Amino acid sequence: MVTIFNRKAAPPGRVEKSGISRRDLLKRGGTLSLGALLVISGNAIIHPQAAWGLETSNLKPETMASLLQLARDIYPHDQIPDRFYAIAIKAYDTKAGTDADHKKLIEDGIANLDQKAGKGGYIGLSWEDDRLALLRGIEETPFFQTVRGGLVTGLYNQKDIWPYFGYEGESYSKGGYIARGFDDIEWL
Amino acid sequence: MAAPYDLKDDSVVVIIGSGAGGGTLGNELAQKGIDVVILEAGARHEYEDFINDEWDSFGQLAWVDKRTTSGDWRVAKDFPNLPAWIVKSVGGSTVHWAGASLRFQEHEFKDLTHYGKIEGANLLDWPITLAELEPYYAKAEDKMGVTRTNGIEGLPGNNNFKVLKAGADKLGYKECHTGNMAINSADRDDRMSCQQTGFCFQGCKWGAKWSTLYTEIPKGEATGKLEVRPNSMVQKIEHDKSGKVTGVVYIDKDGKQQLQKARIVAVAGNSIESPRLLLNSESSMFKDGMANSSGQVGRNYMRHTTGSVYGIFEKPVHMYRGTTMAGIIRDEARHDPSRGFVGGYEMETLSLGLPFMAAFLDPGGWGRSFTSALDQYSNMAGLWIVGEDMPQENNRITLHKDEKDKHGMPIANVNFSDHPNDIAMRDHAYKQGVALYEAVGATRAFPTPPYPSTHNLGTNRMSEKAQDGVVNKHGQSHDIKNLFVSDGSQFTTGGAENPTLTIVSLAIRQADYIAKEMAAKAI
Repeated sequence: MVTIFNRKAAPPGRVEKSGISRRDLLKRGGTLSLGALLVISGNAIIHPQAAWGLETSNLKPETMASLLQLARDIYPHDQIPDRFYAIAIKAYDTKAGTDADHKKLIEDGIANLDQKAGKGGYIGLSWEDDRLALLRGIEETPFFQTVRGGLVTGLYNQKDIWPYFGYEGESYSKGGYIARGFDDIEWL
Repeated sequence: MAAPYDLKDDSVVVIIGSGAGGGTLGNELAQKGIDVVILEAGARHEYEDFINDEWDSFGQLAWVDKRTTSGDWRVAKDFPNLPAWIVKSVGGSTVHWAGASLRFQEHEFKDLTHYGKIEGANLLDWPITLAELEPYYAKAEDKMGVTRTNGIEGLPGNNNFKVLKAGADKLGYKECHTGNMAINSADRDDRMSCQQTGFCFQGCKWGAKWSTLYTEIPKGEATGKLEVRPNSMVQKIEHDKSGKVTGVVYIDKDGKQQLQKARIVAVAGNSIESPRLLLNSESSMFKDGMANSSGQVGRNYMRHTTGSVYGIFEKPVHMYRGTTMAGIIRDEARHDPSRGFVGGYEMETLSLGLPFMAAFLDPGGWGRSFTSALDQYSNMAGLWIVGEDMPQENNRITLHKDEKDKHGMPIANVNFSDHPNDIAMRDHAYKQGVALYEAVGATRAFPTPPYPSTHNLGTNRMSEKAQDGVVNKHGQSHDIKNLFVSDGSQFTTGGAENPTLTIVSLAIRQADYIAKEMAAKAI
C-alpha cells in the first residue's frame, strides 16, 4: 500500500500516518534533510512542502529517496509532481519484501550509483547532466533496466497522471467522442 | 440453442480457434446444417465486458502465454516473450483488430510471377487468383458491413484523419479516405454505429466493429448446429492408421484432458499456434509433425513490414479520439520497383493511449528525447505502415526444445529477421510519413519501431504443388484430406493489406468446399 497524503485528504497538520506533524518532523533530531525537498524520518521519506510521505517497508528510506531522483532522471516530466514518481517507485519497495534478489539488486544498484557519485552520493549531484553521465554508464545493467522497465507501467499507467499529458482515458461511459470533439480540429 | 455435442461424436467438424477464420468457418458450416464444435483456448468475454483501459484490457484479452523469440528483429530484444499482440478469447483477434478491410491487389496473388526470384525470399504464387476470390470478397464485405462497399457510407474523419488527409494532399497523394472499415457507419445487422470512442483495439463496447464474437458465433449457435467451447486448449491432433485425422486432444475448462472425436479438423489458431499444434502432433507416421511432408509447416512466417510515424504540432490534435484506423493512403501500395523494393505499403491512421505510447514509442528509451515527445501527446498525430514483407524459410515457428507450457506442451519460438527488401520498404515509408507530417507543419516527426506482431501470416502456406507448401487452394492439407487450415497461416504471401478480409473470404470459400466434399463423401 502506498501511503500518499495530499493537503486536502490529510488531517490538518498531519503528514504521516504515525502522527508526526510537519513541525514535529522539522524539529526532530535524527532526521536527514535531502536537499530542499525531501526529509527522511524513521522509515518514511517526507515531502514537507507538498505534504506527502511515503513509508518504506523493505528498502532503506535513503534508497527510496535516491530512487525517486533516479525515476525523475529516467523519465523527466517537469510538470509532473514528485508524488506520482513516489507511487511508481513504491512498487520496488513492495517487491523487495518478497524477493530478496530484487531487494539486493536495488540496494546494490543505488549503492553503486552513490559510490560513483562520490561525496554526497547520487542525490547530492545537483546538476542533471552530472547524474545523466553516471546513468549512461549503467544503462545496460539489470538494475537500471529493472527500474526503467517498471516505470513504464508504474508511472504512465497512473490514471491521475493522464490529464497532465492531455489524455482523457475511458470514453465509453461518456458516449465516446461522437459529440465530444472527435473531429474538432480547427487549425489545419 | 447452442448444440452440445458428445466427445465421442465423430460426425462433427472440429474447428480450433474462433477468430476471423475459425469463427467464420464455424458459422458458414452451421448455416449449411453441418455440425460444428469450436474449441477456443480463451475465455468468453462479451462486448459489454470490454474495458476502455489499455493495460487492463490487455490483461483481459491478450495471448500472454509465454513464447520465445530469436532473430534480428527488434521485438526480440524489446519484447522477448511477446512476439505478437493477439487475442486469447472467443472471437480471437477480431476482438482486437482495427477493422481495416482491404482486398489484395491482383499481382499480390502472383508475387513470383511479378517480382521474379529474389535472393533470400521464398516467393511463390498463390494457387488462386484475385478473380477466383472476388465473389468471396464480395460476400465477406457484405457480411462484415465494410464501408465504401455495398452502398455503405464511409466513416466520418476524426482529427487524426484530418491531419493525414492534409498531409496526403500536400504530398500529392490521390487515394486517401477514411478507409474500407468493417465498422458500422450507420446501424446495420442489428449492430449500432460507431460512436467514435477510440478504444478499437480494446474490443468495441458498442459492437459497431465486426467481430466473430457477436456476429458469426451467435448466428451459428442460433442454428443449433454450432457449439463453442471456451477455455479449451488443443494440444494434439490424432489420426488413424490410414493417416486421416480422427479427433483432437485438448485441456478443458476444468484442466482435464479430453479427446473430441471429429470427422474433419480445421486449424485456425493464428500463425503461431496453428503450426505449433501441427508440429506438436508428430507421430510415428508423421515424424516431422502433421501435414508437414513439405517441411514448410512453421516456415515463411510473415508479420508485415510495419512501423509507425508520429508528428508533433504546435496545436492540439487529440488523435486518440474516434475510430483508431479510419484513415488510409493507398498510393504507395502499388508494386513499383523504382522505389528500391518490390511490393508496396499502406499508410493508415493509428493512435495509442498514453500508457501504450509510453511502452511502444521507443521501447527501452529514456531521458528527455523520450519524455519531451510524450509531453506533446495531445498535439500528436500518428500513422501506421503496413507493407508486404518477404516470406523467408528461416523466419519460422518452432517448438521450444526445453520450455513447456503448464500443460506440458512445448512453447513456440518465433524466429524473424528482416529481409533487405523489408528494410528498404520500411525506410521509404518512414521517410514518406515524416515528410507528410512536416508538410502540415509538424515541429517534430519521428518513426517508431514495429510493435509486437498483429498480422501473423504464412506458416502453413497454400501451394499448387504439395512439395512447396502445406495446404492446397482450399486450405486443405496436401497430405491429409480431412485436415484444413483456416486462418492467416495459409497465406502464400502477405500482400500490403490488413489480412482479416482475406481470411474471412477464404473461410467462406472453404466452407463451400468442405460442404461439397462432405456431400460427395470425399471427406
